[in-house]
Amino acid sequence: MLSMIIRRIGQSILVLLIVALVAFSMFRFVGDPVSVMLGQEATETDREMLRERLGLNNSLLVQYGRFVGRALEGDFGVSYRTGESVAAMIADRAPATIELALFSGILATIFGITFGVITAINRKGFFSQFIMTTSLIGVSLPTFLIGVLLIWLFSVELGWLPSFGRSGVTQLGSWWHTSILTLEGIKSLILPAITLGLYQMTLIMRLVRAEMLEVLGQDYIRFARARGLPLRSIYFDHALKNTLVPVITIIGLQFGSIIAFSIITESVFQWPGLGLMFINAIYHVDIPVMSAYLVMVSIIFVAINLIVDILYLFIDPRIRDAANAGASE
Amino acid sequence: MIARWLDSDFVYSLLRTPTALISLIICLVLAACALFAPWIAPTDPFDMSSIDLMNGFTPPGVANEFTGEQFFLGSDDQGRDLYSAILYGLRVSLFVGFASVILAMTLGVTLGLLAGYLGGWVDAVIMRIADIQMTFPSILVAMLIYGVARGILPPNARADMAITVLILSIGLSEWVSFARTVRGTTIVEKQKEYITASRLIGLSHLNIMARHILPNVINPILVIGTITLALAIIAEATLSFLGVGAPPTEPSLGTLIRVGQDFLFSGQWWIIFFPAVTLLVLALSFNLLGDWLRDFYNPRLS
Repeated sequence: MLSMIIRRIGQSILVLLIVALVAFSMFRFVGDPVSVMLGQEATETDREMLRERLGLNNSLLVQYGRFVGRALEGDFGVSYRTGESVAAMIADRAPATIELALFSGILATIFGITFGVITAINRKGFFSQFIMTTSLIGVSLPTFLIGVLLIWLFSVELGWLPSFGRSGVTQLGSWWHTSILTLEGIKSLILPAITLGLYQMTLIMRLVRAEMLEVLGQDYIRFARARGLPLRSIYFDHALKNTLVPVITIIGLQFGSIIAFSIITESVFQWPGLGLMFINAIYHVDIPVMSAYLVMVSIIFVAINLIVDILYLFIDPRIRDAANAGASE
Repeated sequence: MIARWLDSDFVYSLLRTPTALISLIICLVLAACALFAPWIAPTDPFDMSSIDLMNGFTPPGVANEFTGEQFFLGSDDQGRDLYSAILYGLRVSLFVGFASVILAMTLGVTLGLLAGYLGGWVDAVIMRIADIQMTFPSILVAMLIYGVARGILPPNARADMAITVLILSIGLSEWVSFARTVRGTTIVEKQKEYITASRLIGLSHLNIMARHILPNVINPILVIGTITLALAIIAEATLSFLGVGAPPTEPSLGTLIRVGQDFLFSGQWWIIFFPAVTLLVLALSFNLLGDWLRDFYNPRLS
């Protein structure tokens, strides 16, 4: 088992190095960093000095090595557009995105599992049919249209919630700010969180429903019924528990999509997070910000994949046995 | 020939599945609208001389209070006929969708065939790249490619090349599903006797791949192609909506929705409503068509 974990970690590091190579190539070959930083009027000696200072005259391998080394220290250079340090920009905007992603992830998990269990237990009921139909519409709508639809309904027509921005922000310590401590802030969080979490909720719900239906048809559930156990205990302790392995995987893997879709959601709601920063970077061809975002997102994705794989080993004894058998061969 | 085709299982199943038939008809009608937009549209939305600012914000089906002109689906802030704008937008959306699917398909099928047929390190390299790309959602990959391509282009060429860049980024972000499927089928086909026979009579590897294996992987490619088309249309609309897609000079449905969003608060709902509905109907029809194709070719999955 240990050897398998080590092999998975090795693979993850390889993937990260390849992504870093892509990010480095973007940084190095897309546009000329020297002319971007100095502008058109610089003299040849200035250019040469900057080139020397940035180390652009070293061999590419040395430059790549230095890029990876700096990335490990969290140094991604300065933004071409604002001149700010990219690391500082990320640190400044990360809390907004993490808060949004966590909030919508929690919403999606709670409602996804609840609705999944309800629709599995009571398949023919009106409420179940209603949820299943609504979820179908939710999946077919593109994320940005869901956002626009929610803005129209809750901001324009009903006027209950703000349509954009992150308000009521409280500074906690020097590096974290949050919007969940004020009513205003929570209000501004609701619409983006629903937009971001709706798709994930549907996925979790459909998965829980399908798994529950399969488990509920098995003999040990019938036996549990025959023993006269309360329905609550049958549904939650016996059935739901056994559906959790694939559900945990999906929740974990979907966290990556939440990051990707947060780009769209943050743009629709002008939420001042990393996604909005990335879209602006693309629009203004701000290469350092783009490559830093790429590296950051891939670290998150690779880490999630790794954690989910390792969790598998602990949760499901069959996979663990297979891994042990494979190692002893 | 036609009679035989009409008698086939394909047509039979199509006629027996109302959703599929309706979706197909909608797809064909919308495609025709896009193709013949210059002839169907009442006005040319890009011809500045035909646009009258006085006509701005005319609600659908109501005569404008200054000029008395009527617009079937209303007009936008600049007095442009929304119906014409949607027809032209449909043209851009469908063109980008089709072109990027063809790019993804060509790339994916070629790489999948090579990986499956040659095996060894070719297979390992191609599939590792595919795995890494699969880790990231395709919309993120498309955005990155778009950003890089913009960076490589000189600033004054960015608007002119925007559509090409868009096709490139969506196409390159969607090839993996084609490659994986084709690789799987190729590995199965490769072990069959007719391939050994083809080798024995001295056919070249290229010939075997293109003329003997390829025809056997066409059906799954068709299914994935249709579903990917729906994905590509949505991806294009999303990128354009975010302002990193089709330029304002060549608005797609996504661009129209982006423009319409600004008028949501002032009550001009039609400017965003009609493009959004068109986009939804378009994507949904291709999705349903793809679902039916999948069930038809692979009944076990349903």
